[in-house]
Amino acid sequence: MSLFDHKVSELHELLHKKEISATDLVDASYKRIAEVDDKVKAFLTLDEEHARQVAKEIDGKLGTDEQKGQLFGMPIGVKDNLVTKGLRTTCASQILDNFDPIYDATVVSKLKEAEAITIGKLNMDEFAMGSSNENSSYSATRNPWNIETVPGGSSGGSAAAVAAGEVLFSLGSDTGGSIRQPASFCGVVGLKPTYGRVSRFGLVAFASSLDQVGPITRTVEDNAYLLQAISGVDPMDSTSANVSVPNFAQGLTGDVKGLKIAVPKEYLGEGVQEDVKQSVLASLKVLEKLGATWEEVSLPHSKYALAAYYLLSSSEASANLARFDGVRYGYRTENPESLIDLYKKSRSEGFGDEVKRRIMLGTFALSSGYYDAYYKKAQKVRTLIKQDFENVFEKYDVIIGPTTPTPAFKIGEKTKDPLTMYANDILTIPVNLAGVPGISVPCGFSEGLPLGLQIIGKHFDESTVYRVAHAFEQATDFHKQKPEL
Amino acid sequence: MSRITIDEVKHVANLARLAITEEEAEQFQHQLDAIISFAEELNELDTDHVEPTSHVLDMNNVLREDEATKGLPQEEVLKNAPDSQDGYIKVPSIMD
Repeated sequence: MSLFDHKVSELHELLHKKEISATDLVDASYKRIAEVDDKVKAFLTLDEEHARQVAKEIDGKLGTDEQKGQLFGMPIGVKDNLVTKGLRTTCASQILDNFDPIYDATVVSKLKEAEAITIGKLNMDEFAMGSSNENSSYSATRNPWNIETVPGGSSGGSAAAVAAGEVLFSLGSDTGGSIRQPASFCGVVGLKPTYGRVSRFGLVAFASSLDQVGPITRTVEDNAYLLQAISGVDPMDSTSANVSVPNFAQGLTGDVKGLKIAVPKEYLGEGVQEDVKQSVLASLKVLEKLGATWEEVSLPHSKYALAAYYLLSSSEASANLARFDGVRYGYRTENPESLIDLYKKSRSEGFGDEVKRRIMLGTFALSSGYYDAYYKKAQKVRTLIKQDFENVFEKYDVIIGPTTPTPAFKIGEKTKDPLTMYANDILTIPVNLAGVPGISVPCGFSEGLPLGLQIIGKHFDESTVYRVAHAFEQATDFHKQKPEL
Repeated sequence: MSRITIDEVKHVANLARLAITEEEAEQFQHQLDAIISFAEELNELDTDHVEPTSHVLDMNNVLREDEATKGLPQEEVLKNAPDSQDGYIKVPSIMD
């Protein structure tokens, strides 16, 4: 049994009793990384010396009355699009290969305050653009359940590292499903918080109106602890919301009696694999037994979400990624002929294919003559999608469906055609467009590969999402199964 | 007929400050055409009386006190610059 089979609450008890030390936890993390990361390729950069130093400081506090952070001693991995002061941050892009951040993202500062220990930085699709981690410019992360398959993306490293037992938990980011889809593929718990719940300061921006940072964990309880530590309004991010942060873990009562669940027919329709549907229906039976009721509903504009998302996210990306110009930081081409030449060559040599494709699409959609037809049209469709959710939430507490239409696919299977790859996110994208919270929890297996149940809540109602996810988790044992590596 | 011409692809690449080869221009033409034609399914929806959403939360004009805070030290800011001199970031000359 690994130390990381324990929850935060159990590990804290072991630490308090001095049965283990923070150094033991850090040791366990680096030992496991040494054993399996050649295969999994979840980490891009390790921070071993510093992690050991922090662990030592924390161990000095054990058995004393000194105030301890809410995650003290817990080893965490951080997605490589969150800037970490003095620790290389690449976004898995060659354009940031040598980037050494000069400040911490707010979520990283909060982890330090909570006394979690950062083990290293996690692999991802370049600039979070992708659904398989195959767009990393370093190496494609593998799914610990079957290393011939993808871990999902773009937070593939974050999900794979947790599933492989390399860290206790991790942070990812989710723009169109990038936390929930890899969590589903890797059999772990991943939450995209409500837009505005968590500060985006220091998250390298992809699509600013959609991006959110969120936790990936083995259990729902740990997910709640980690979200607690990173939530809250931040003066450095004016889109972070000034709303109170409830005690998420306290709400995990196991009680879902009288809960009203909506199941959109569009989420069990065409393109969703048969055993994925069956696992969702079986999950609904579990919740029914616990006293919840469910009804079929419609989110009629779901089929338009994918197109609206690609126009909006690529447009925002084309603006956000304009900052990578070879001037102030990042890669600069050798011997440019002029300033414009420096911009063009640095960007062309530094960015990978998918990133260029999205910058091109976004620039086109925002360009004169096309703005109204594409960008503005997509913004209007976004309103319709948001209204779909508002209508359903007038009568129901949560929306439930699969996280993804299929389990993890084979490496190389979908890289030829961008649209096939994009279609993987049809069930997660509407949640980002509406800005509501969504979680993926393990709910079954398909030929040895994990499946995820997606539970979607109202704005800022992560508490209900967690309560349902936790009740389901306690009634099943999918989360207890581990991959063999 | 492609929805986007090779010349338009090259124009967009210039706007995006990307240098692309003829081969890449052709590839982008095919891929962008496929994505744009897929996006045109949005035209099935009548959105004449729908307001656009740019931000999901009901907030605007987020203000704060105008207080001076410490900035980043110059040497830190220049640390990641590919080329610098006398406290400035250096680029190729833009005037002859």
